[in-house]
Amino acid sequence: MVPDFDLDSPDRLEEALGLLAHGNGAQNVPLAGGTNLIVDIRACRVAPDRLISLSRIRELRGIRLAAKRVRLGGRTTVSDLMRSPEIAAHGASLVDSARVFGGQMVRNAATVAGNIACGSPAADLVPPLLSLDATVVLTSAAGSRTVALDDYFTAYKKDVRRPDELITAIEWDVPGQRCVNRFYKLARRKGDAITVTGVAVTIGVTNGICSKARVALGAVAPIVVRARAAEALLEGQRLTSALIDKAGRIAAGECNPIDDIRASADYRRHTVHMLTRRLVNDAWVQLS
Amino acid sequence: MSREKTITLEVNGRQHCAAFPSHRTLLEALRELGYFEVKCGCEKGDCGACAVLLDGEAVDSCLTLAWTAEGRAITTVAGLGDRGRPHPLQEAFAKSGAVQCGYCTPGFIIAGVSLLRETPQPSEEDIRFGLSGNLCRCTGYRKIFEAVSEVAAADAPKGRK
Repeated sequence: MVPDFDLDSPDRLEEALGLLAHGNGAQNVPLAGGTNLIVDIRACRVAPDRLISLSRIRELRGIRLAAKRVRLGGRTTVSDLMRSPEIAAHGASLVDSARVFGGQMVRNAATVAGNIACGSPAADLVPPLLSLDATVVLTSAAGSRTVALDDYFTAYKKDVRRPDELITAIEWDVPGQRCVNRFYKLARRKGDAITVTGVAVTIGVTNGICSKARVALGAVAPIVVRARAAEALLEGQRLTSALIDKAGRIAAGECNPIDDIRASADYRRHTVHMLTRRLVNDAWVQLS
Repeated sequence: MSREKTITLEVNGRQHCAAFPSHRTLLEALRELGYFEVKCGCEKGDCGACAVLLDGEAVDSCLTLAWTAEGRAITTVAGLGDRGRPHPLQEAFAKSGAVQCGYCTPGFIIAGVSLLRETPQPSEEDIRFGLSGNLCRCTGYRKIFEAVSEVAAADAPKGRK
């Protein structure tokens, strides 16, 4: 039996923020696409007092490019990412991710903010956004603040969002022209599967030197993590196969995977090495 | 605060007024209203049997709360066409033999129609991608893909193949 909850569907963002601000200690939970949350509620894994549906708030959905910065409204769907020329040009790893995200109906409902808010280390939009140095805009009735996605997660399914805040937008600077941004999801099959290992990479090149390196790893630690030592090894260097292989090996040492039903920790570490090497190498070849 | 309320759902162009609790999914509500063509499968967004169009876009009705569908146009597979005037994709499914037990068929047709609206001339890969959220356990995918291709081919501009 599914426990009852209150359900509000405000038309405007201010109304939603007002409802979140006046919780009186009750557990208010924002409802976006519902592709995780409805399943969790029905399985009695979460029992909110009140859901605040964001489905009617139009201003939260959309993709804008202004002053060389991309801004996604929180309720932008995975399908929206695939239709957007701005994302294809300035966040290609998100398109890679959207193409392996789930079935059509899930892609039509699931949102970017929801994927971040669910807090899963296997959330497939998070490594791409981390590889783009994205920031998260958190808004409450009292105002907005911006947090680097890199600082957003604090532990497994724990984050810095207060209960009265909504993820209203996600932003990042347009990567330079000499820059490649890709994501690869390894899973048991291509469609409709939970990630075994997800790797997102950004490589930028200036004057034949790797001027920027980002390596973000999904499903191999309690939260999505960056392989900072691998990034540091690559930045400032003219890349060689040996150096790229070493970066992959270092990245494998920077994650902290578990054995589970989908794969062993050893296999995950091995695939972090291989996927990092492959993605960095492909990016470097493309830019050379 | 009341946790049951009377809402109006617009299904296949018809208005229904009925009382539902807040946790009622659109799938459950539609079947309570007699729309048995909307099938209950996995109830967690894996199988696509419960797919309906919501304002023209395919969604899993098992992941949608009935209250949040108020004011939106809901289309089930029966709303696309019937025996007398079938939708071209319904006809193609029958002609291609894309139906075995039939349980997954309503969801496949909804996903197929949504796919063809977005990509009127899909490649084989586009079709597989558009239908990747629908499961058929009679292993009938080949003929389902053929049915979608056939509708796309019939719609192709003249002079092109």
